[in-house]
Amino acid sequence: MTLVAGGLLAQLVLAALAVVLAVSVPARRRALVAGTACATLAAAGAVTGALALGGGEGELRLTGALPLAPLVLAPDRLGGLFLLLAGTVGVLACLYAIGYVHGPAGSRSQWAALAVFLLGMQLVPSAGDVVAFLLAWELMAAASTVLVLADQARNPAAREAALWYAVMTHLSLVAILAGFAVLVGQTGGTGYGVLANTDPASGAAGVAFVLLVVGFGAKAGLVPLHVWLPRAHPEAPSHASALMSAVMVKMGVYGMLVVGLRLLPGGPTWWAVLLIALGAGSALYGILQASVASDVKRLLAYSTSENVGLMVLALGVALLLRGYDVPGPASTALIACLLLVVSHAAFKTTLFLGAGAILHATGERDLDRLGGLVHAMPWTAAAFGVAALGAAALPVTGGFAAEWALLQSLIAGVRPGDRVVAVAVPVALAVIALTAGLALLTFVKAYGIAFLARPRSEGAALAHEVPVTMRVATLAGAVLVVAVGVVPGPIATVLARAVGIAGARPVGLGGLELGGVGAVLDPVALSVLGLLVSAPVLVLAAVLARRRPRVTDVDGWGCGQIRTSPRMQYTATSYAEPLMRIFDDALQPTRDVEVTHVGESRYMAASVQYRQRVDDVVEVRAYAPLVAGANRLADRARGVQNGSIHRYLGFAFAALVLVLVVVAL
Amino acid sequence: MSLARLARLIRAAGRIAEPPPPRPDPDDGLSPLPAERTAALRGSVQVRHVDAGSCNGCEIEIAAAFGPVYDVERYGARLVASPRHADVVLVTGVVTQNMAGPLRMTVAATPEPRLVIALGDCARSCGALRGGYGVLGPVSDVVPVDLEVPGCPPEPEAIVEALRRVTGR
Amino acid sequence: MSDVLAQVVTLLVLLLQVAVMVALAPVVAGVTRQVRARVEGRAGAGVLQPWRDLRKLLAKRPVHATGTSWVTRAAPLLLVCSSLLVAALVPLVAADPLSLVPDDLFVVISVLLLGTVALALLGLDAGSAFGGMGSSRHMMISALVEPTVLMAVYALSIPVGSSTLSLIVTDRRDDPASIASPAGVLAVVALVVVVLAETGRLPVDNPATHLELTMVHEAMVLETSARDLAWVELGSWLRLTVLLGLVGNLVVPWGIATEPTLASVPLGVLAVVAKITVLAAVLGVAEVAMAKLRLFRVPELLAGSFLLAFLAVTASYLVA
Repeated sequence: MTLVAGGLLAQLVLAALAVVLAVSVPARRRALVAGTACATLAAAGAVTGALALGGGEGELRLTGALPLAPLVLAPDRLGGLFLLLAGTVGVLACLYAIGYVHGPAGSRSQWAALAVFLLGMQLVPSAGDVVAFLLAWELMAAASTVLVLADQARNPAAREAALWYAVMTHLSLVAILAGFAVLVGQTGGTGYGVLANTDPASGAAGVAFVLLVVGFGAKAGLVPLHVWLPRAHPEAPSHASALMSAVMVKMGVYGMLVVGLRLLPGGPTWWAVLLIALGAGSALYGILQASVASDVKRLLAYSTSENVGLMVLALGVALLLRGYDVPGPASTALIACLLLVVSHAAFKTTLFLGAGAILHATGERDLDRLGGLVHAMPWTAAAFGVAALGAAALPVTGGFAAEWALLQSLIAGVRPGDRVVAVAVPVALAVIALTAGLALLTFVKAYGIAFLARPRSEGAALAHEVPVTMRVATLAGAVLVVAVGVVPGPIATVLARAVGIAGARPVGLGGLELGGVGAVLDPVALSVLGLLVSAPVLVLAAVLARRRPRVTDVDGWGCGQIRTSPRMQYTATSYAEPLMRIFDDALQPTRDVEVTHVGESRYMAASVQYRQRVDDVVEVRAYAPLVAGANRLADRARGVQNGSIHRYLGFAFAALVLVLVVVAL
Repeated sequence: MSLARLARLIRAAGRIAEPPPPRPDPDDGLSPLPAERTAALRGSVQVRHVDAGSCNGCEIEIAAAFGPVYDVERYGARLVASPRHADVVLVTGVVTQNMAGPLRMTVAATPEPRLVIALGDCARSCGALRGGYGVLGPVSDVVPVDLEVPGCPPEPEAIVEALRRVTGR
Repeated sequence: MSDVLAQVVTLLVLLLQVAVMVALAPVVAGVTRQVRARVEGRAGAGVLQPWRDLRKLLAKRPVHATGTSWVTRAAPLLLVCSSLLVAALVPLVAADPLSLVPDDLFVVISVLLLGTVALALLGLDAGSAFGGMGSSRHMMISALVEPTVLMAVYALSIPVGSSTLSLIVTDRRDDPASIASPAGVLAVVALVVVVLAETGRLPVDNPATHLELTMVHEAMVLETSARDLAWVELGSWLRLTVLLGLVGNLVVPWGIATEPTLASVPLGVLAVVAKITVLAAVLGVAEVAMAKLRLFRVPELLAGSFLLAFLAVTASYLVA
C-alpha cells in the first residue's frame, strides 16, 4: 500500500472516528474533542494531497462499499492540489470552530455533519471514476445542507436559505449526472481514462459539456445559477461558510477543469466562448452586488461568485487560445486560473473567519452598524485587512500574482487575424479591469467601515477580541495570503506541473517567470526596491516624530459643530450610493418612501421613512417567475390526486401494462 | 464664452496685480509677533478665515486682498478650508454668543505653531456693535490674539501688510 | 560579474530618477499654479512656493483626533512610499529597468492603487461625514478609470506584444509613425483623461476648492495636519509628475536613455524635466478654460475615454 493509498484510508477511518466522537462526547468537551478530530481528518487530507501533488501514485479500491461497483479513489496531481486545498482550509476552519461554536451550532448533528462534509470535500478530488465522484459530491451536498440549517430554530432565513441551497445543489447533481451519463453512454466505462476517449467534436460531447458546465457552474456559483450563494453562505455558521466558499465552490471549478482538460480536451471554440461569457458575466454581476451589499457575509458570498467567474474566465481563455494554437499564453492563462484558485481559497477563508469573529464579538453582521473595531480587535483587524488586500489584488498578495498572470496571458494572446480571439480578448480585459476596480471599492468599504473610525451601534462599541483558537486560525489564513504573494514562483511551478504544462519557472527571490509569454514578477525584489526608495522618507518621518510629537487629545474637526456623533459617519450603504446610482439599471433597487403627515395636513410631515432594498435581479426576474410557474403546474397536477383509491389502482395497473409493453419491445 | 473670446480677454487684461509695496520692517515695533512661532511660518502661511459675527464688510476686503489687484498669494499666503491645514486663524467680526464655541474649537483644531489675527474694529474692540444682546465681546475675550488689523473695514493694503509680517516676504 | 555591475548601475540611475522626480514634484504643482496665476492676471507666488509649504508643514506638530487608529499614522506614509516606488518603476530618465523588476504596466497600476487605497482608508478613519464622502467618490472614480487604463495600454502594447512600459516607449521612439497612428493618438488621449481622473485635476476634481461638497481628494485629507499633510501632498504631486512624465515619454519619446552611459543619463534627466515642465504649463492653461464636472457627469467622461481606448484597440487591429 503506497503512502497516498494509506492517506486515503486514514481519511475514511478518521472521518468515522470523528462522527462517533461528535455523537458520543458530552456537550462540555464536544467542541474541543470533535474539533480536534475533524482537524486531524483535514490534516490527513492535506498531507495526502501534498503527496499526490508531488507525484505520488496510489489507489484505494473498496469493493464492498457500493452495491454495483467498487469505490475507486485515485487522486492525480490536479486532484492532489484540490485535496491539499480542502485539507488546509479544513484545518483552519476546525481550529476556528473549536473557539467559535456555541449554542445550536455546537450540537451533535452539526459536528457530525462537519466531519462528513470534510470527508466529502476531500473525496471529490480523490475520486478515481465517475461513481466515486458522484457519491462524494452527494455526501458534500447533504452534509452542507445540514450545516446551513444550524440556527434554523431562531432564524427563519436559515430555513429558506437551506431550501434554496438544497434545491439548487440537487439540480446541479442532476445535471452532472446527466452529463456523465451521456459520456458513459458514449464510451461504455466509468473511469476517467475511458471517458477521455469521447470525440469532442461530436454532438453528444457538446450536450454533455453543456450539462456538466451547468451542473458544475451551479455548484461553483456562476451567474445565473448563483442564487443560493448569497442566501446560504451568510446563514451558515462562519467556519462552515469559510469551508463552503473557499473549498466547496472550488469543487465546481475542479469539475470544470477535469472536463475541460482531462475528459474533453480539444473541444470546439464555442465551448471556450461559453466559459468566457459565463465567467465574465459572473465576475461583473458578482462584484457589483458585493459592492452595494451592507451585510458583510453577503458581500463575501457575492465576492466568491466574482472570483469563481474570474477562474472560469481564465479557463475559458486558456481553452480558446489552445484551440487557436497559441500554447504560451494558453498555458499562462491556465496557471493564472490555478493561482486564482489557490489565492482565493486563502483570502476567502480568512475573510469569512474574520467576519465570524466580528459576529461573535459584536453580534452584528450589518456593516452599517459596525465601526471602530480596530481598537478592540487588533489581531482580527490585521488578518482581515491583509485578506482584503488579497481580495483587491494589491501587492504583495496572492491575488495580485494571480491577476497579473491572467492579464499577461491576455496581453500576449492577441491574435488580430482570428475574429473570435480579437473580440474575446479585449472584452475579457475590460471585464477584468472593471471587476478589479469594483473589488477595490468593495474591500475598502468592508474593511474601512467595519474596523475604522468610531462604532455606529451599541454592539460594535462593546466589542472584544475573540478566543485564541479563532485568532490563530484567522492569522494563519492571512499568513497564507501573503505567502502565496511573496513566493509565487515555486507555487506556480508546482501548479503548472499539476496540469501537466511547463509555463512557469521560479526566478530571483521567489519570483515567477512565465516562460510562455516572457514576463517576470518578483514581489520580494519589488518590495526591496520600494523600501530602498522610501528609506529617506521613513527616516525623516522617524526623526520628526521624535522632535515634533503628535497632539492626540482633541476631537475630530466637525466644521465647528458642537454635536458630532458617530451616526454622522458614512455607512456602507452611503459609501456605495454613487455606484448604486450609476448602475441603477443593473441592480434595480426597490425604494420605498412613506410619509406620515401631521393630522390632516398635506404639507406638514410628522415622519418620513425611507427604505431601500437591493434584491438579486436574477432571482427576481428569472427565478421568481419560474418558481411561480412551477407552483401553478404543481397546483394543476394536484387535481389528479383526488384521494380516490380506484383512480390510484388504475394508475398502478396502467404503469404495469406500459412497463410490460416496453420490455417486450 | 468661447475659448477664443476667453483668450482675447486674457490677453487684453494682461497683468492686473499692482506692484508690491515695500516690505514691512519686522523691527518697527508695530507687530510684536513671538519669534519662535513665526520662524516656522517663514515664506508660507495658510489662512483659515472665521466669521464670528461680522457684517461682511471685512470679508469683502479680504476677498479683495486675495484677488488679482492686491494678490497677497504672491507673498506666500493662501486660504484653506480646514483649520487642520492652517497656520493662521483670521477672525472677523465681534464674537456672538453662538459663535464663541465654534471659534474656540477652530483655534484648538489648528496645529501648533499657530497665530490668531483679529481683523477689523469689531474683532478688536466690538466697534459699533458694543453692548448688543447677541454680542459676547471682542475676539481677545475668547481666544488669545497675536496680531490686530485696525479699520472698519481695514483696507486691503493693511490686510496684505499684516500677512506679510507673518510670512516675512 | 559584469551582469551584477550593470544591475547596480541601473539601480543607481533609478535612484537618481526618483530623486529628480521628488525635487521636481512640488515644482510641477508650482508651475501649474503660477501659470494659472499669470493667466488670471495675478503675480503668483513663484514656482518654488510648494517647497516652502512643505518645509513649513514639516515644522508643525500633527494633530490626531481621538478615535483614530494606526491608519491615520501610516496611510500618508504609505501613499508617499507608493508614489516613490512608481517613480522608480515608470521609464522617465531611462528605459532600462532592473531585470527582476520590469516596469510592467499592471505592477505600476497596482502600486498606484495601493496609494489610492491608503488615501481612501485615511478618509474613512477620520470618522467624519466628509472623509467618508471623499473616500466614496475617490474609490468610485478609481473603479471606473481602471477599464480605460488597461484598454489604453493594451492598445499601446499590441504593436510591441508586451506590456512592459520601457519596450513600449523605445518602440515608439524607433518607429515615429506609430505615435501619429490613429491607435496611438486615441490611446494617448484616453490616457490623458485617466491621468486627470487619477490625480484629481479638473474637470474631475478641483484641487483648490473650499466647498466641501464639491471635494473629492481634499475631503479625504480634511483631518490631516503637519507632516502627514506634507506626505500626502508630496505623494499626490509625485503621482502627477510621474504620470505627466509617462504621457510625455509616450508622446515625445526622444531623449530617453536606453543605455546608462555618462552622456545619455544627464540628457535623459534634462529631457524628462523639460517634457514634464511643458506639460505642467499646458495643464495650468487648460485648467483655466475648464469648469469642474458635476459628480454624476464624471462617469460619462470616463465612459467616453473608455470608448476612445476601445477604438484604439480596434484601430490597432486594423493596422496590425
